Parts: sequence; structure tokens; C-alpha cells
Amino acid sequence: MSTLNVGIVIADIISSTIVFAVPLLLVAMGGMFSERSGIINIALEGIMIIGALMGCLMMRWLDPAVTSGQLGSQLGMLIASLFAGVCGMAFSVLLAFASINLKADQTIGGTALNMLAPALAIVLTWVVQGQGQTTILIPTWSRITQATLGFAAKENFLHTLLFKNMYLTTFMTVILFAAAVILMYKTKFGLRLRSCGEHPQAAASVGINVFKMRYAGVLISGFLGGIGGLAFTLAAGSGFQSSVAGYGFLALAVMIFGNWKPWSILGASLFFALFKVIGAYATTLQNLGPFFNVLFGWPAKIGIKEGQSTYFWPMLPYIVTMILLVLTSKKSRAPKAEGRA
Amino acid sequence: MKKGLISVLSSVISILVGLLFGLLLLIIVNPAQAFPKFGEMLTAGVSSAPKFAKVLYQAAPLIMTGLSVAFAFKTGLFNIGASGQYTVGAFCALACGIIFQMPWWVCLLASVVAGAVWGFFPGLFKSLFNVNEVITSIMFNWIGMMAVNLLCMNLLKGGLNIMLPTAWVSSPIKDRTAALSYANPNAMIPKMGLDKLFNSNFMNISIFIAIIVAVIMWVILNRTTFGYELKACGFNKNASIYAGINAKRNIVLSMVIAGALAGLGGGIYYLAGTAEYTIQKVLLSMGFNGISVALLATSNPIGTIFSALFISYIQVGGESLQPVFAKEMIDIIIAVIIYLSAFALLTKTILSKYIRLDKSNVNAEPAPVVAAPKPAEPAKSAESEGEQA
Repeated sequence: MSTLNVGIVIADIISSTIVFAVPLLLVAMGGMFSERSGIINIALEGIMIIGALMGCLMMRWLDPAVTSGQLGSQLGMLIASLFAGVCGMAFSVLLAFASINLKADQTIGGTALNMLAPALAIVLTWVVQGQGQTTILIPTWSRITQATLGFAAKENFLHTLLFKNMYLTTFMTVILFAAAVILMYKTKFGLRLRSCGEHPQAAASVGINVFKMRYAGVLISGFLGGIGGLAFTLAAGSGFQSSVAGYGFLALAVMIFGNWKPWSILGASLFFALFKVIGAYATTLQNLGPFFNVLFGWPAKIGIKEGQSTYFWPMLPYIVTMILLVLTSKKSRAPKAEGRA
Repeated sequence: MKKGLISVLSSVISILVGLLFGLLLLIIVNPAQAFPKFGEMLTAGVSSAPKFAKVLYQAAPLIMTGLSVAFAFKTGLFNIGASGQYTVGAFCALACGIIFQMPWWVCLLASVVAGAVWGFFPGLFKSLFNVNEVITSIMFNWIGMMAVNLLCMNLLKGGLNIMLPTAWVSSPIKDRTAALSYANPNAMIPKMGLDKLFNSNFMNISIFIAIIVAVIMWVILNRTTFGYELKACGFNKNASIYAGINAKRNIVLSMVIAGALAGLGGGIYYLAGTAEYTIQKVLLSMGFNGISVALLATSNPIGTIFSALFISYIQVGGESLQPVFAKEMIDIIIAVIIYLSAFALLTKTILSKYIRLDKSNVNAEPAPVVAAPKPAEPAKSAESEGEQA
């Protein structure tokens, strides 16, 4: 195909992979903080939805100021992201209260919050935008483009790689990831937090306040989950429709796949995002040449009609993750005391 | 008896607080309309025979997915995969009816088998490889939904998409399966005159099928050795292994049965002939509502019947909230109820202070602090359920 340029497609795949890996990484890291403090956070999906909702509402509210030039577009994004994080944190207090203060079942509490969040999001969207208006549109200034930085746009490898899908949240994720690794492994706080997830009684016996540590774990996961929700909505690109398409649950899988460790989680989220993007691009790739055609053209050979592989390839990341989970299960080791009050 | 009473009471308290919260929210959003609409919502389900038929119609699959989740809870497993099992079951029932032109009961069996297969994998992976069943179920939800979409669009017979309306009538619709009314009326669940009685096309015998299955599940869990073994695994896996119970086998079997129940749910919903399977982009919510049903019923199979009826009732009521309020108000109410029922233990402790329990029973109660991650109700024993029913 003459219209397709291999370089640009590859740049596009890399940049899409990164932009989809960002929410997975953030949310899975959040889950890690919560679970390593001993609280199973199944509510990540709900936390993401609340974060995305509040981030989008904030962007909507800032929109006039940004478009009139009173507020820098990326400063606006920073405010929206932080607001998303804080709201996610506030929502996660509900989980912390139920599971830490009241020692309620963590899975039930989390499930309730997962149900609450999308419903609340729809109701709030109606209240803000009027009856039946279920999509909050994302303003175009949210993306970092060549124009944001002041150069001319070009159609080449580097420009596609850097500017096709670039958001402030990507940079924030790099910083947050580094901060999270340091916090978890290089500080007293991190050591104490981890000890609460392994053996809370032992931790308590040396004077660690297990109650506070677990609150901290859940709140950090709320903050990261909230920003992750907004990052997902930006990556998905079609506005906020009171859903994050199961990414919160995927992040849980990524966290388990990443064995509750930051670097492995980073690898797992990039891996999953890559397969997700390849799934979405399979038809395009097929047109690139004989090699890709053989690799991605076989559904047609087993009788799947042309044009129907859009229903086939999206299964890929789930199947691959499933296989890998089975293969690596021997090494998997959850925090010992997770889920126990 | 008293213990059962306390469980029911604590659920009722959760429901009342949830409804109150919903009312409060309605008042905040639109104070003028809040009270009349709330009243309408509460009474919609019994306002007319067709509405009541709809409550029963939706309750039947809800009972099944609720039973699915509840059954797995009893073995200490969280079957979040009811949605996928439900979808796969629905597809196989429809495929059996449309492609192979089978009668309705064969289609229902097909849905049971398909759901069981979809539940088998999470169970197998859990018991052989110790992969968390929550993760496997979530993955299989998506795989199942996409596989069903793929098959719906690709099954050919005589060069036509046999599952789609185009193969049967001249219709441009391509995003849903063919209606049973013309593809194979024999595959529709018999109405036995109930549709005339309720003056509604939604009514058929599926609610009775669901209730019978619920009773069977109660018998299996409470009156058989197998059920006892399953529950023992749920209470304490290590102790049950020590007692000579094959825990691995039980985990797989429990998930297979849970899957079969959810699959049957999919079958009875779509074989009613009033709804066609539409190509989905998101997971079907029936499976997730099953989680609420099971939690509200504290995993008791008989309780599932009532909690499914309740949830179906307020969902039908929710439709009357529109267009002034979003019908998702109902989901908020349900979520609040579930959130409160997470504190069931706390509510029960408070309640039992007011309702005097048998003294020996109080001493037999385990300390409330050791709540394991098992969503199953730990404090509830077999005999209390027996009395409750």
C-alpha cells in the first residue's frame, strides 16, 4: 500500500502503546500500594471513573479561561489531573472507612463502589450538562501538539512518535512512577507499609500504626487511580461516557501479572498495552507487507469474513495475558495479609 | 430462627437506608419532582399487571446470575465472571435454537453446558495454577463477549449470516440476532397462558424455572455431603483438606456449577423471545447485578429469589423516574444498599444486642474480627439457613 508508511505506523503504534500503558501503570501502581498495605482494592474501576469524571468536569469548567488565553493549556491540564487525583482519593476514603474502620468485607465494599461510581457519574453528568447529555467532551487543548510548543507540524517518524498522542499525564506518570518506587523501597514509610501487608500483628508489635498505614495505602491508590482514570479518558479520545471500559479490572490483572512489584508492573502494563494496540491495528498492519499479512491475515483463512477481524483481534490481549498468568503463576506471590482485617 | 431473623432485618435496614439516600439525592437534583417521582418509582412494579410481569421477567435471569455468584461465594470463590458465562450461555441457547432449530428445553441445556464450560476455566486455573479466579473471570468475561460477537457475525449457512435477521427476513439490521418469533418459535420458552393472564408478552414460565433451580441449589448446599464439602472449603480450605476433602476438585466443580447457573440465566432471558442479543461493546450488566443479588441475599439460595425480585422491582420502578431523572439513580440506591450490607456484621452485632439471642449461641459466635477475604457469610451456619427457609 503506497499510502501507508511503515515508519509512521510504527511510530504510531509506539505512541499509542505508551498512551494506553499510562493509565494501566498508574492504576496498577495504585492497586499495589493498597494491596501491599493489606487492603484488596477491587474498587479501582470505580475510582478511575470518579477521577475521570471530575477531571473532565474540571477541564470543562476551565475551558473558557483556557480558550480565552487567561490560563495556559497545560497548566489547566495539571489542575484537572490533580483534581482527578484528589477526587479519586476522596472516593477511596469510602473503601478505607468500610474495610479499615468497620472491618467490613473488602470485596463487597469494593464491588459496591464499582457500582456506585458509574451511576453517580451519569447522574452528575446529567445534572451538569442537562437531561440525556451523557458524554462530556474533552477540549482539544488537552493534547500537547506541535502548536503548544510552537513548531510547525510535520508528517514524519519523530513527530508522530512525539505528538500523535502526547498528554501531560504521560510526563506526570514518569514522575509519579519514580516517586512511587522511591517511596515504596527507599523510605521508612514504604518499609512500614509493606510490613502491614505481610504481617500486621508483627508491625503493630513494633509500634507501627497499622490503621494509619493502611489508610495511607488506600488513599495513595485512590490518588493514582483518579489520575489514571483521567489518563484513560484522554487516551480513549471520544469523551467521557461514565465508563472506563474495564480498565480498572485490567489494571488489577496487570498488578497481579506484575507480581505486586513496580518494575514488573511497568513491564506488564507496556506489554498489555502493546497487544491491545496491535489488536486494534491488525487490519492496518496486514496492508503493510507480506510479513505482516502472514502474521495478521490468518483469521480470514479460518473463515472469518473480511472486515470481521475487528471482532477477533481485540481478544488478543486478554488471551495472551491469560496464558502468561498461567505460565508465571508459580512465581506469583501476593502480600500475605491482604484482605485480612 | 433468631439468627435468620437478624440477617433478614439487617438486609431490610440496608434497603431502607439505601432508599432514603436515593430520595435525598432526588431532592438535591430536583426538589419539585422528587417526592412524586420517588412514589411512582416505589409503586411502579405493582401498578399494573404488565409491569408486574416485567418484574418477574427480569427477576428470572437475575435469580440465576445471583445464584451463580452466591454458589461460588459459598466455596469461598468470587465469581465476577457471571457476565461472561451469561453471555456465552445466551449465545449457545440462541445458536441452538436458530441454527439447529431445537426446541426450547434443548436450547436451555445448551446454555447450561456453555456457561459451565466458561466457569470451568477459572476454576481449573485456580485449582491447578493458583491463578486468582477474579482475574481469570474478568479476562473470560471479555473473551466470551468478543467471541460471541465474532460468532454472531461469522456463522454462515448457505452463504448467509444465519444468526442475523438478514438470513430470515428482509431486514437491514446487522447488529443483533434474529428474533425467535420468526427464526424458530419452538425455541421460545412456553408461556402456558401466563401472557394472557398478565396481559404481557414478557411473561413466561422462566420465573418458575429459576425458583425451582434456587430450591435445588439450597438442597445441594444444605442437605448433601457434596454441599457440605463445598462449604467446608469456603470456610477453611486447609482444614477441609486435612479432613480429607478434595479441595481442588471442589473448586473446579463449584465454578462449573456457578457457570452453569449463569449460563442458564442467559438462556432464559433470551429464549423469552422478547429481546435479541445485540452486538456488545461493554459487558452485559446482568452478571454484575447478580453480584448485588447474591450479596443482598447473604449468599442464601432462597434469599436470592427475594433479593432478585426486589432488585428487579426497583429497576422497573427506575424506568418511571425518566426522563426527569436518570434511571441510574436506581444503581446508586442498589450500590448504597450493597455498601451498607458490607457492614452486615456490624449491623448484626448491634441488632443482636436488642434482639436477645440464645445465650449458648452468643458464646458460639466467632469473634467478628477474623473476617477472611471470603465474601461468603462467615457467621452463618447451615442450620440457621434451614430454619430461615
